[in-house]
Amino acid sequence: MDNMRLVVSGSPHIHSTDSVNRRMWGVVIALMPAVAYSVYLFGLGALVVLLTSVLGCVITEYLIQRYMLGGKTTITNGSAVITGLLFAMNLPSNLPIWIILIGCVVAIGLGKYAFGGLGQNIFNPAILGRVFLLISFPQQMTSWPLPLVNRGEYLDATTGATYLGQMKMEAMSRADSSTGASAVNEIATESLTWIDALIGNMGGSLGEMSAIALIIGGVFMLLRGIISWHIPVSIIGTVMLFAWGAGVDPVMSVLSGGVMLGAIFMATDYVTSPMTRRGMVMYGMMIGIITMIIRLWGAYPEGVSFAILIMNGFTPLINKFVRPRKFGERRVN
Amino acid sequence: MLKTFNRGGIHVPENKITAGAPIVDVPAPREVVVTFSQHIGAMAVCCVKVGDQVKRGQLIAKANGVVSANVHTPISGKVKSIGKLKTAFGYPCDTVTIVASDEDVAFDAENIPTPRTDEEIEALTSEEIKDIVADAGVVGLGGATFPTKVKLTPPADAHAEVLILNGAECEPYLTNDHALMLACADEILEGVRYIMRATGVKKAVFGIENNKKDVIELFNSKLKGEKSIVVQALQTKYPQGGEKQLIKAITGKEVANGALPISVGALVQNVATAYAIYRAVRLCEPLISRIITVTGKSVEKPGNYRVYLGTSLKSVVDVAGGIPKDTGKIVVGGPMMGRAIVSLDTPTTKGVSGLLFLNEAEARREAEEPCIRCGACVRDCPMGLEPYLLMSLTENNEVEQAEEHGVRNCIECGCCAYTCPSHRPLLDFIRLGKAKVNDMIRKKR
Amino acid sequence: MDLVVLSVVILGGIGIVSAVVLFLTAKKFAVKENPKIAEIEEILPGANCGGCGRNGCHDFAVACACATSLDGLRCPVGGDETMSQVAKIVGLVKAHSTMPQVAVLHCNGTCANRPKKSDYDGPRSCHIEHTIYYGAHGCAYGCLGCGDCVSACKFDAMRINPTTGIIEIDGDKCVGCGACTEVCPRNLIELRNKGPRGMRVYVACANKDKGAVAMKECSVSCIGCSKCLKECPHEAITIKDNLAYIDYKKCKLCKKCVPVCPRNAIIAANFPVKKVEVEENN
Repeated sequence: MDNMRLVVSGSPHIHSTDSVNRRMWGVVIALMPAVAYSVYLFGLGALVVLLTSVLGCVITEYLIQRYMLGGKTTITNGSAVITGLLFAMNLPSNLPIWIILIGCVVAIGLGKYAFGGLGQNIFNPAILGRVFLLISFPQQMTSWPLPLVNRGEYLDATTGATYLGQMKMEAMSRADSSTGASAVNEIATESLTWIDALIGNMGGSLGEMSAIALIIGGVFMLLRGIISWHIPVSIIGTVMLFAWGAGVDPVMSVLSGGVMLGAIFMATDYVTSPMTRRGMVMYGMMIGIITMIIRLWGAYPEGVSFAILIMNGFTPLINKFVRPRKFGERRVN
Repeated sequence: MLKTFNRGGIHVPENKITAGAPIVDVPAPREVVVTFSQHIGAMAVCCVKVGDQVKRGQLIAKANGVVSANVHTPISGKVKSIGKLKTAFGYPCDTVTIVASDEDVAFDAENIPTPRTDEEIEALTSEEIKDIVADAGVVGLGGATFPTKVKLTPPADAHAEVLILNGAECEPYLTNDHALMLACADEILEGVRYIMRATGVKKAVFGIENNKKDVIELFNSKLKGEKSIVVQALQTKYPQGGEKQLIKAITGKEVANGALPISVGALVQNVATAYAIYRAVRLCEPLISRIITVTGKSVEKPGNYRVYLGTSLKSVVDVAGGIPKDTGKIVVGGPMMGRAIVSLDTPTTKGVSGLLFLNEAEARREAEEPCIRCGACVRDCPMGLEPYLLMSLTENNEVEQAEEHGVRNCIECGCCAYTCPSHRPLLDFIRLGKAKVNDMIRKKR
Repeated sequence: MDLVVLSVVILGGIGIVSAVVLFLTAKKFAVKENPKIAEIEEILPGANCGGCGRNGCHDFAVACACATSLDGLRCPVGGDETMSQVAKIVGLVKAHSTMPQVAVLHCNGTCANRPKKSDYDGPRSCHIEHTIYYGAHGCAYGCLGCGDCVSACKFDAMRINPTTGIIEIDGDKCVGCGACTEVCPRNLIELRNKGPRGMRVYVACANKDKGAVAMKECSVSCIGCSKCLKECPHEAITIKDNLAYIDYKKCKLCKKCVPVCPRNAIIAANFPVKKVEVEENN
């Protein structure tokens, strides 16, 4: 007893097996089906984009932590890998390497470390990088290679329009002249079916292709307790309702574009989403509404990224006003 | 139908190694060190002198005021010394050391107080029962050690409708209540009837978690046909044994912050307290022993031990096979709310429900990482607080804000720190925040 | 070209209009303040340490400017020099000068004097360690060495000595603001007169346990034996709760108490040659 020095600390003296590492790598595993599927669809291009993006993000994080902050590096906790993967999932497969690298530096440097690193950032780094590129390089960022047709190509892949692009054109033409609108409408709706959207038989970013692959990842995360259902369900539900009300195909609205990827992987980012379940539902509903407003009436064909980014900005406010009800108290708000 | 509370809470690996183990009596030691602050409230005042001959069960320190409790000697013997000694946490406390000679031991063996007869008990009024409880120094044995007499005497305008017997034992590892309920069901029930008589409560409910099916069955068979006392099985969820959580689980009512359980008509007593009341009323024996679970993965003979208060923890552990070699941390109480101690050379007190030995690997915390704002602490807080926020407010010394956000509602159950994936010391800071808020309030007055 | 000109005109125009608006608002809503306040604030150290008992330097400047007498108003950081300048500005007589003060730690429980008895595993905060138990060293009164005072010090005068495990106060840097005395959960830090050339004598212990207990806990603990009390010719020493205290107002720095202490608990700091060594050894 005398030679034994006991450890003393405050209660509790046990801890769950949960850790940041476990959660982060869990998200990476959840992304694997979608990653694998994108490589199957786009081949070489997808591989190059994914590798560049992940390495770019991890190396940027390492350099910032090592040389600018001078502290110990935490690249092994997987958060930079997630940012890299999610960032890649938002890019077309024929994007030049130098543009991707710019995006990585913006995502990690500006999106994460300008605010103080993990846990401090206001905006989702991957989306910030993506939106930065979308505004800076609109041409390259909106030319989508067709899936399966040019798997051996990287930069010279043939491209095609997305479902949402067609929908936008349709909306535009309808606004321009009433004549011929019905023709475009038919083309748009007949060219793609739900099955095509589910298995990714359309143009789009790497991660927007197959709803099935994304849903598998989402279910995995739900089962492991990494995410709760509140954000994805509220986003998807709101988008469907809104689309139904606006007279657009609700199912196609969800399956096309970035809604699935955004709802399951991007909007559920811990740091930039609200803490309480009520807050999460509000946040998800607002993302859904803003997404559909941008899609239907905005200048861009797709609005998920912008919607998430806008609501990221509102998250601190939601956290401030949507509080859990304290035990023994009546609900105040 | 299994009931539970609806807000927060966690599922902790139970690790109830000693579940179902019988109660083993630890023989009375030759020397006891009795401390005068074994309860919440004012320290009891010594009423013996050095050299006095005392008899087992004799009062050696009198309650000092309303919120205080009597202290009795668990053995007969001579008062060796009176003075300040350090408790398990190092802060000094008045103590009496009593040493027994051979004659004293023989005296104890022969002189067992005669129990009250049924007629005598029948004749007791409710006030008399309460006085017996107070004289016997009975305090809440669930861990809080609040003087029981105070709890049994609600304010005049309040009315207790239901007596809740806390047999949840939600802390991992601990099985002392479980063992007691299995071994002394009849005695507990008798104690419950005394409490009901003393307080005039017409209905009593046992709240027992579903991981103790044998106890639930036992009580159900004993209570067949009984209307006024029932057993309510509860889902296994931590912190079900928290007073407010238990009331919520059983009655569906929430006790407001700062209010007493009586405000929703509930009176909560631990089953071990009911047993102590039985001993006080029937056997005329003050609170001089209790059941302690000695447990841990490497303990040689883990079990539930009946120990005389004042026995040094070390001799209790020796009965259980000694201190395991790989011990890194010793916790008094359960792993969620218990306190780590520095040395076993301290006496057993009324509040010690268990001794838990954690090995070196379990003893240390993992490195703290930045908060990733996942909201797990908010989700799991049974009091509806925001631990992450309370921690940062305390860190930045925003004491008033911390109070506004309810830092004083915290019951220190440890769910937040248990669940945090970043291993942040949330509860440590919340405790500090509570202390700072209390300081601020004291200064304002 | 037109485009460039137009942009310049528009942007420039916006700039000029905004400037005018700002200027007018600043004029209109300017807060009239006693100009002396700004003058005084200029002189003050500007550390906002709160050593004067006010909420920062501005508050102190306001108090000075509004005061009818400078009694009780004193910036411990700037000392006499600053206060006489302040007195000049407000046209009042400088308050009776007080000795400059310095923070002193009433504990010498280094790792050598007071071996560790347990490992504290938790946030590095004296306050938190104090709420959990009596500390890793077994003394319920001594320095916990987590450095709450170090982070409270705005003048870089404190540090944790990694070899001794307790804090060290740099007497040259310490300005006597008292920020550390407030944060110490065990009230171990006291402001004492700095003394001539920094010479001061004090008891480096706060243990109130009885002699036998205190002796076990630390090799340099005060056991309240009263030897120093008997030795002191100036009646500067009192003993309360088994603990000696030297009143710095009465102490004449004769150092007679230092050698008689059987526990070496009395420290004479900054005395010439020989004694300096003693302190370093401690």
